[in-house]
Amino acid sequence: MVISIASGKGGTGKTTVACGLASVTNNCVYIDCDVEEPNGHILLKPKITLEESSYKIIPKINNDLCNFCNKCTEVCEFNALLNFKTEIYLIDELCHSCGACTYFCPQKAITEVKKENGKIRIGETSDNILFYDAYLKVGEASAAPLIKKVKNAYKGDGPIIIDSPPGTSCSMLEAVKDSDFCILVTESTPFGFNDLKLAINVLRQINIPYGIVINKYDENFSLLDEYIHDNQLNLLLRIPFRMDIAESYSKGELPTETVKDYKVMMLDLLEKIKKEIVKKEYA
Amino acid sequence: MPDKHYKQIVILSGKGGTGKTTVATALSEIAEAKVVIDTDVDAANMHLVFDYYINSEYDYYGGKKAEINSDKCTQCGICESVCRFDAIKEFKVSRTSCEGCGFCFRVCPDDAISFYESKSGVYSECELEDQSKFYYAQLLAGEGNSGKLVSEIKKKAYEQVKENVKWIIIDGPPGIGCPVNASLSGVDFVVIVTEPTQSGLHDLKRLINLLKIFKIPSGVIINKYDINTDMSNSIEKFIRPEGISLLAKIPFDKKFIKAIQNSKSIIEYDHAYIDTFKTIWNDIQKVILN
Repeated sequence: MVISIASGKGGTGKTTVACGLASVTNNCVYIDCDVEEPNGHILLKPKITLEESSYKIIPKINNDLCNFCNKCTEVCEFNALLNFKTEIYLIDELCHSCGACTYFCPQKAITEVKKENGKIRIGETSDNILFYDAYLKVGEASAAPLIKKVKNAYKGDGPIIIDSPPGTSCSMLEAVKDSDFCILVTESTPFGFNDLKLAINVLRQINIPYGIVINKYDENFSLLDEYIHDNQLNLLLRIPFRMDIAESYSKGELPTETVKDYKVMMLDLLEKIKKEIVKKEYA
Repeated sequence: MPDKHYKQIVILSGKGGTGKTTVATALSEIAEAKVVIDTDVDAANMHLVFDYYINSEYDYYGGKKAEINSDKCTQCGICESVCRFDAIKEFKVSRTSCEGCGFCFRVCPDDAISFYESKSGVYSECELEDQSKFYYAQLLAGEGNSGKLVSEIKKKAYEQVKENVKWIIIDGPPGIGCPVNASLSGVDFVVIVTEPTQSGLHDLKRLINLLKIFKIPSGVIINKYDINTDMSNSIEKFIRPEGISLLAKIPFDKKFIKAIQNSKSIIEYDHAYIDTFKTIWNDIQKVILN
C-alpha cells in the first residue's frame, strides 16, 4: 500500500497530515520526497542511522580523444554541451543525464561520471516508523532524479507514506506516481482551491485515485465544499483551523501526540483510505 | 553597460504557504511604476487577487516529446533499453514520463519514432487597473521544465518593459530548485517571507545558502510572528550575523485569510494595512537603494 500526500499549493499541511498518518499506521515507511525543503524529520524526529551521498550521472569528455565533430552537441536536447573547438564544455545544471551524447560519440571520447546532487538519509523513529528523506544539494536545479532515488531507496513492502513536494510539475509527478492512493491536502481559500484543481488534473492524467483533506477548514468559504459536492469528489476529512494545531506545528511537535483529537482524525483518515484501496483492487 | 532603469525584487520563502503571494500582491499594489510577474508557474495565485485584463496569451513549448508509430515499429525494444526515464513500456511512450531527450528517436533503427515540439503551458501578458503590466503563467498538468517557463515569461516582460518602469516585482515559487533559480536570475534583491515555525526556519536557512551562491542580497519578513514569539526570536538571531536585515514582522490576523477568501489583497480588504505595507515598501527601497 503506497499512499502519497500532495497539494499543489505549498503550506497547506501536507507534512503534518503525512506525519500524522504515519504515526497511526503500524510498521509503516515514511518517505519525504520534498527534497528541496524536507520537513518531515522535524515532526517525526527519527534517529538517523545512515546518511549517504546521492549522485547524478554526467558526461565527461576526454579532449584527447575528441575531434570536436559536434555530434554530442547536436544530440543534446538541453543545450548542456558547448563546442569551443578546443574543448567541449558541459553546463551540468542543464544535463538531464539521458546518456545520448555518450552513446552517439563516434570517437568514444565520452564516459559517464558521478556528480553529487544531494544526500539521502535513513532512520527510525521511537515508534518504529522507518524514515527516509533526501536533501537536494543547494544550487542543484533538478529535484526529480533525487526524488526517484529516495523512493527507490526503500525496497521492501509494507505501508509506504510518501510526502510530496508542492506544485504540479515534474517533481510532484515523480513523487506521486505509482501510488495506490493520493491524499490532496487543501485549505479553505481560493489559492488552495485553485491549486487543488490543478493537482487533480495531474492525478487524473496518471490515473491515481485520490481523496481530499481540507485543512484549516473554514465553513465561510463554501466554494470549495460546493465544488467537491458538485463533482462528487471524495472528501476524506475536514480539519478545522485551530490555534492549538498551529502552535503545536510551530514548535515542531507531532500533532497526534500533542493535539487533542488529532489522532482520532488520523485513524479515521487511515480507515477511509484503506477502504478506498480495497475498493480499487476489487474494481 | 549603463545601469538598468529598474530594480528587480523577487519574493521567496523556501517553505510553501508562508505568505509570499500575500506580501507580493500588497507590495505590488503600493509600488508605482512597476511590472509584476508571477513566477510560481506550477500553481500561480496572484491573478486570483488582481483585477486585470489580458492583452495577449502565448503558448509555451517547454521541450519535445517522443511518440512511437506502431505501423513502423518492429518491437525491437532498443528504445526502451536506452530510455533512462522509464518512459517507454510495451512500445508506447508515456507523455508524462518522457523527458524529451530524443535518445529513442535517434537510436530507433526503423525510423518509427517521431519527436515533436509539445505545448507545455501558457502565459499571459495582462494589464492591471493602473495600467501596469502583469504577467502570469500556467504550466500544463504534470509538465516539467518549469524553470524554462519562468525564464521565458521574464524574458517577455523585459522585452516589453517601458522606460518609466522603476520596479519589477516577482512573486516566486516555493523550494530552492530549478524554477527558483530561474526566478532569481538578474534580480537585485530578495524579500524572504518566513514564518515562526521549525520548518520555516529550516527552509529559510537552505534558501539563504542558495542566495549566497547567487550573491544576491536579501531581507526577511516574519509573517504571523506572534504564533510563536520564541521561534521569531530564533529567526532574528539567525539572520543578524548573516548580514540580512529584518524588514518587518507581521502579526497573525485572520483578516489575511478573509482577504484571500474574498479575492482581495490585504490592503484592499483592510485599509488599516495600507500604512503597514507602505512602511515595509519604503524600508525595502531604502535597503535596496543603499
